[in-house]
Amino acid sequence: MSQCAIEVKGLTKRYGLLVAVDHINFCVRDGEIFGFLGPNGAGKTTTVRMLCGLTRITEGKAYIYGHDVVGEHMFVKSLIGVVPDISNLYYELSCWDNLLFMGEMHGLSKSERIRRAEELLKLFGLWSRRNVLFKNLSKGLKRRLTIAAALMHNPKVLFLDEPTIGLDVMGKRVIWRIVRELNSRGITIFLTTHNIYEAFRLCSRVAIINHGKIVALDTPARLKKLISAEEVLEIEFYPSNPPVNELKRIKGIVDVRYSGSTVRLVVSDPLKALEGLIRYARMNGYSLNMVSLRSADAEEVFINIVGGYSAG
Amino acid sequence: MLGNLVRSFYIAKKDLKEYYLKPGTMSWGVVFPIAFTLAFLIRRGGIAAWLAPGLISMAIFFSSTSMSAVSIVFERKVGSFERLLLFPVSYTCIALGKSLSSFLFGILSSLTTVIIAYMIVPVMPSNLLLFILCIILATFHSSTFGVLLAFLVKDPSQTMTIFNIIRFPMIFLSGIIIPLNSLPLPAKIASIFLPLTYSTEAIRYSYLGTYDFIPPVLSLCITLLSGLAFLLITSVLIEKSIP
Repeated sequence: MSQCAIEVKGLTKRYGLLVAVDHINFCVRDGEIFGFLGPNGAGKTTTVRMLCGLTRITEGKAYIYGHDVVGEHMFVKSLIGVVPDISNLYYELSCWDNLLFMGEMHGLSKSERIRRAEELLKLFGLWSRRNVLFKNLSKGLKRRLTIAAALMHNPKVLFLDEPTIGLDVMGKRVIWRIVRELNSRGITIFLTTHNIYEAFRLCSRVAIINHGKIVALDTPARLKKLISAEEVLEIEFYPSNPPVNELKRIKGIVDVRYSGSTVRLVVSDPLKALEGLIRYARMNGYSLNMVSLRSADAEEVFINIVGGYSAG
Repeated sequence: MLGNLVRSFYIAKKDLKEYYLKPGTMSWGVVFPIAFTLAFLIRRGGIAAWLAPGLISMAIFFSSTSMSAVSIVFERKVGSFERLLLFPVSYTCIALGKSLSSFLFGILSSLTTVIIAYMIVPVMPSNLLLFILCIILATFHSSTFGVLLAFLVKDPSQTMTIFNIIRFPMIFLSGIIIPLNSLPLPAKIASIFLPLTYSTEAIRYSYLGTYDFIPPVLSLCITLLSGLAFLLITSVLIEKSIP
């Protein structure tokens, strides 16, 4: 088993009576992209902030490559790079000056700062904008520069807190490409997100957190198999979709959801459900325009595991 | 230790680049002290020589505290202050860095006032070396006071208001424009508790060779010690700000 880049034991955070993070345990392996997935308010950002020293730990322990994040916080900060959920670099400094400042504060030599800043600006497609003030960059470019800034000192672990929040599809894809490339260079990545597809697409393992507790932790493929007994029938009825409560009475159907004109039926027994649906359609004057059967997707896995409601 | 000092300098350098031209910094840190100085020195004729050191002290106070008000407030508002907490530096280093940018700005700004004062009141300080030392200590003391005050303000949007509520009464109670000996007793007692009183007395002594009622050794020591105390309290506040 590879070394734990991040190891957390009984990690807890309380704000008065509120338990934001409740005795969680996990190990992020060296070199993996680890996803931390959960609805808003589940405890994702609080966990990251505790690991980075921005929030105090109420109980439990956390280690980065064996170093206690509390007892050795100064050394740990030299091992980690942090990209917060807001792009909070310095507005009145240019891209170049922002990166140089990061290098200065991490103790890089002048030549190393210049070399590294140039390398990162080129890697992130920002070289032509090196003299542009941070405040004048678009949202997507701000995000890129914020990631670049976290990499100035060559950290071994990179914390990405909601890295694609607020970005359009193209912007997200650029960030995903960058994340994969960074990981291919050996950087361990801890990614928090509420975007299920992002987590399942990028991460080698995903921990799902809800109400401060980890409710599942495994590879995306195994998480899908957790509800593998259930598959999804997608059907379009004509002339209109029947009422939900009538469909739910059909044997083999676990759950019914409407998605535009399509009815998505989570089924435990596809054959029984289909027989029941055909019988129902004939008796009530419906016809079936489209029928497709597939395994549960990421969103369905997530909703199944966290119970379909957000925390708090 | 040296590493932390160097990083304090980098924080100061960054702040000066970012904030020295901000409206709040320029208006309260440069324009106001110069305007105030000109107004008082030109108007007051015969007692201009007595007023000059007080006005220099006031210029230092306003310019040093304005810089921190702008930089810390703005960074806390946009979330970039937390960046400093992610670097492998001590909280004291962060406090020192923030104070240093205010200090450098204060020195630059106070030089302008010194030159204007000399042009209107062509009197050389009676002890030039002591005068320079007092300027340095007063600027350090005002810088650390301003940084501490900026951290104590809970609502960043109210910072300038709160700063001015504290700064303006000090002008009248610290011996800047009204001699301490002519203040009524309650005001005199209040002036003892104001940090600006000591730096003003020290600068006045180095400039004119006289003081109101605080001996120069005492005023210098308290200026230095209170400056260090403000710095340490700020570093504690930074640590305590972590939830």
